[in-house]
Amino acid sequence: MAYNLVVLVKQVPDTQRVTGDAMRDDGTVNRSALPAIFNPEDLHALETALRLREGRGGRVTVLTMGPPQACEVLRASLERGADAAVLLTDRRAAASDTLATSYILARAVRRVAADAPVDLVLCGRQAIDGDTAQVPPQTAEKLGWPQVTYVEEVEEVGDGRVRVRRNTGEGSERVEAPLPCLLTVTDQGPEPRPASAKRTMAVKKWKSRAEIESALRAEMPDADDETRTREADARAAGLAERGRLIPHWDLDDIEADLAWCGRDGSPTKVKRIQSVVLAGTGFKKVEPTEEGVAGMIHELIEDHTIG
Amino acid sequence: MIEPNRDGDVWVVAEQNDGRLHDVGLELLSKGRELADTLGVRLAAVVLGEAVEQHADRLVRCGADRVFVGEHPLLSHYQTNPYAKAITALVEEHRPQIVIFGATPLGRDLAPRVASAVRCGLTADCTDLDIGSHTEASTKTTYDRLLYQIRPAFGGNIIATIVNPDRWPQMATVRDGVMRMPEESPDRRGEVVRFTPDVSDGDAVLKILEHHRAERKVNLKAARTIVAGGAGVGGKENFRLVWDLANALGAAVGASRAAVDSGWIDKDHQVGQTGTTVRPALYVALGISGAVQHRSGMSEAQKIVAVNADPDAPIFKVAHYGIVGDLNTVVPMMIDAIKKRV
Repeated sequence: MAYNLVVLVKQVPDTQRVTGDAMRDDGTVNRSALPAIFNPEDLHALETALRLREGRGGRVTVLTMGPPQACEVLRASLERGADAAVLLTDRRAAASDTLATSYILARAVRRVAADAPVDLVLCGRQAIDGDTAQVPPQTAEKLGWPQVTYVEEVEEVGDGRVRVRRNTGEGSERVEAPLPCLLTVTDQGPEPRPASAKRTMAVKKWKSRAEIESALRAEMPDADDETRTREADARAAGLAERGRLIPHWDLDDIEADLAWCGRDGSPTKVKRIQSVVLAGTGFKKVEPTEEGVAGMIHELIEDHTIG
Repeated sequence: MIEPNRDGDVWVVAEQNDGRLHDVGLELLSKGRELADTLGVRLAAVVLGEAVEQHADRLVRCGADRVFVGEHPLLSHYQTNPYAKAITALVEEHRPQIVIFGATPLGRDLAPRVASAVRCGLTADCTDLDIGSHTEASTKTTYDRLLYQIRPAFGGNIIATIVNPDRWPQMATVRDGVMRMPEESPDRRGEVVRFTPDVSDGDAVLKILEHHRAERKVNLKAARTIVAGGAGVGGKENFRLVWDLANALGAAVGASRAAVDSGWIDKDHQVGQTGTTVRPALYVALGISGAVQHRSGMSEAQKIVAVNADPDAPIFKVAHYGIVGDLNTVVPMMIDAIKKRV
């Protein structure tokens, strides 16, 4: 039996490399100053899906929600062997918190499932920009599907069930869940394959309509909207003819209720953002000499820190 | 959706596994006690399982005014749907104003499922919680006595304060080790509220085939002194320096993610955002540069000694004593000095 697999991926700023340049004076992070990368654990989710397809046959569709440039992670998925990719992009989705995001993603999974029933949704355990791990369980809840989080290995799929090994934090367990179901995969999941050079050459030219439009705004700054739209239509049609158009959906395409999207659909509000200020209290520099070190140890014994 | 209930209690969901209460639930009761006192409401603990009433006394001693004890055979082992259903129904019935979960793998699996079902907000991995007011910029509406949900974001490079003005309950998860363990007071009295969650076989759709509990080899959380090594230690062989100093001090051994990823030491020893959060009396950081992910797990130590070859290493910004130098000469000097005093 062939499986219909959906992988939810995210393009994230590389938060491991936040330097002074990426911080604005008001303490907020300037996302555009950080390199955008494929969220690391999502690559393990994609790899899990690709291996299932290789073993069992089927189709891997990758979905991402974000601005047009998020197409980069879709191309990176196609380069590794995904069959299809869809960009979810809509200004009305901006400022969505995890609850609103999961609503939109669940609508998008439903849209994929309208063509053929989806068996499994795979996600990375969490994204490195927010580290919340909330979107996948909230998406599963809205789909009304079971979820298994912190998955390290998918052992087997068959007979309408999936068997996995997951980390419980205090050990591990092997769990069997009925399909359809949602899994989140940790960085202990299967090692992501590199992009295939051949696929990379082919996929390089794949674009979404949103990317064509933003390129045209730069290329034809003086043209009127109508001219630009006509040109975008022509380019999109040209790509579609060669199977190189990455479809993009907006909130209308997935029949989303706008009350549940974006700022309105988000119960949580950011009250304040502060940058982390490092302030050592009573820092004392100690010389790397026998005398210096002995003096420090003496102080630590005197104040009962040691002893 | 649940209307805000300003008389609602503060709830802590206390996690238990195989008959043992997880520390994080008790830690949350100490913070929950403060929040409830500030708001002038009761603090309640919720504990679910097959036979868990024995935990009620301890939850009361740790600060709870009430303990909801939900027992059902289908709750004997944690799985998402029955637990989420039981808590969702309880929340809808009693309308607490705040619900706090531990940010353990269990809590991070359960809380978002409940928040999604209730359609309320949820903030993950808070490092502090407080009560305060908030004025919404767009509507100029002021909300009093909201829960400030304070958490690091962007890999710990910023601290965000999140509020949930009107789609309650206000829910948050808090990491293990972040809040202090409460002092148990044997004289505290509380009310036990037993209930039978409405769950059926149709909810318990997962089959747990095998359950394996790995005892942690090290107990960093309980250690009074920790000596930790990072990338600057240079190699697996050289990691014995860390062990030697730890032995001299009677300390537990910790490590940065870099040292764990390099395979010099087991992951159980990892301190930081993806490891254990510690607050020992003394933390000695050897060759640890002090990335924010590491600092967030140890900066609450009472005294921090850092030894690093790089004078610009961020670890010096949180250290009380800083030694710029080579571990291979400095650590033996430290061991000597300790031995001479004892």
